[in-house]
Amino acid sequence: MDKLFDFGLTGSLLGLDFVQHALLAAAVLGLVAGLLGPLVVTRKMSFAVHGTAELAFTGAAAALLFGFSIGTGALAGAVVAALLLGLLGLRDSERDSVIGVLLAFGLGVGVLLLSFYKGRAGNKFGLLVGQIVGVDSASLQLLSWCAVGVLAVLAVIYRPLLFASVDAEVATARGVPVRLLSPLFAVLVGVATALGVQTVGSLLVLSLMVTPAAAACRVTANPVLATVLAVVFAETAVLGGIVLSLAPGLPISGFVTVISFVIYLACRVIGAARARRSRDRRAVSAPGVSPVPARSGR
Amino acid sequence: MTADQSIAPASPRPAEPSTDRDAVRLRGARLSYGRRLLWDGLDLDVRPGEFLAVLGPNGSGKTSLLRVLLGLQGLSGGTVEVAGGTPGRGDRRIGYIPQQRSMDTSVTLRGRDLVGLGLDGHRWGVGLRGIRDRRRRVTEALAAVGATDYADQPVGLLSGGEQQRLRVAQALVGDPEVLLCDEPLLSLDLAHQRVVSELIDRRRRAANTAVLFVTHEINPVLPLVDRVLYLVDGRFRVGPPAEVMTSETLSELYGTTVEVVRVRDQILVVGAQGPHCVEQPHHLGEH
Repeated sequence: MDKLFDFGLTGSLLGLDFVQHALLAAAVLGLVAGLLGPLVVTRKMSFAVHGTAELAFTGAAAALLFGFSIGTGALAGAVVAALLLGLLGLRDSERDSVIGVLLAFGLGVGVLLLSFYKGRAGNKFGLLVGQIVGVDSASLQLLSWCAVGVLAVLAVIYRPLLFASVDAEVATARGVPVRLLSPLFAVLVGVATALGVQTVGSLLVLSLMVTPAAAACRVTANPVLATVLAVVFAETAVLGGIVLSLAPGLPISGFVTVISFVIYLACRVIGAARARRSRDRRAVSAPGVSPVPARSGR
Repeated sequence: MTADQSIAPASPRPAEPSTDRDAVRLRGARLSYGRRLLWDGLDLDVRPGEFLAVLGPNGSGKTSLLRVLLGLQGLSGGTVEVAGGTPGRGDRRIGYIPQQRSMDTSVTLRGRDLVGLGLDGHRWGVGLRGIRDRRRRVTEALAAVGATDYADQPVGLLSGGEQQRLRVAQALVGDPEVLLCDEPLLSLDLAHQRVVSELIDRRRRAANTAVLFVTHEINPVLPLVDRVLYLVDGRFRVGPPAEVMTSETLSELYGTTVEVVRVRDQILVVGAQGPHCVEQPHHLGEH
């Protein structure tokens, strides 16, 4: 435990190439996850993110076994998962169970594939809980391009997507292609999830895709501010988690999840206190129905 | 409370709304789903500034009519024009007010954002250009419905009446020529029914906006209604309430004896409770 605060060791490790790669990858991931997170929360897609992450794991495991790049494998798995969820789970009533079915299947196949893998055991474990040696410069490049792609698409569809997410009926009436945006967003989430598999691991992608955004949504109702906060929280968790994990040499996901969970708890407390205060204020200032403002010139 | 805001258009309209052009024009309009015919041979002209109530039992095609006017549903026959053109998706000249349905209490959205989405939520891109103009219009629309006080509150925590005022602002912020309302008073208490219908009425008088108001209950808006479109099982009648809301006309439409009783300034329809008359309002997303 004293290793945790061995700053000298942490400092020297920070100078290493692979650590810097990992930090860069994590920063990119935190940005993407933070930007997508509030929409994931608003659209109630936490479970879908989890399901997608497990299929990204399946893809990564296959890549590891057959000697492809893990990043490409995770990406392929996640995109297939997003499309499957989009196609099979169009109906609200079915979506939950479809995710459960795919998640279990993907995880099972992934474990099977890993059991055939004869390489370093740490690689296997890393896919599930994350490892920082996993990011070389080739995968860093793939990751960056993917992130640029996700952000570009998100910039184009953000407004209609927000409209469709919070107010589907009026969005439909205003001509927003609500049905087209759902699978498109699922693919964006899939790509972001795949980015996460290499750093925080597939089991704990939620701690970056969902927890920071859920925390942000507790303290503000402003969608733009919530997005900014989610990015800040995600970056804090993932970069802080990596730095803390260096000296003790433990998996980073433990630190990342704890940091983001603490942020979440703090935001809940702040949000609850604020809600109580505004309730009290409204109870005093607005008794019953306020009248229609008078017409000018009447 | 902002007292002297009117619901006049926020800025001069680019194309002058000519008083001689109908806001909505249907000619021989027919709509059927498979073998089920909703209505046929529907001719309807709605003038700018007119308040038309669309009445009828469930499944008579009231919501489908709105879908046609919004460009979400094509006609099976005949022609339709809205604000002088064919209805298209995302037309800003059309405003839409849905029925009040309580929003998720945890949704990350303020009243201000809800109204802003009504202005440009259907547009692609981030929309940084014109952000000032956008803010001004949203603020004006909020003030016009008296929602300034709670514009920055999370919408999920507002009462149904407050949410519905925001809905009115959301529909009017784009400065529409035609306002389509789908049961906007449903599940509101009497006081808020009056507030919301008065806001709609004031807008159409101030800006000459045509209002199509789908409802199953005419009484809350009876004083405002110019004409009624009453749809029953493919039959329909258009005319002033005094002509349509009579025992004779409704009996003919329903094909059974229907009694219309006027009690003070209320209209009671007795005997129209056929098997299809249990009111379960439809949503746009259905069909």
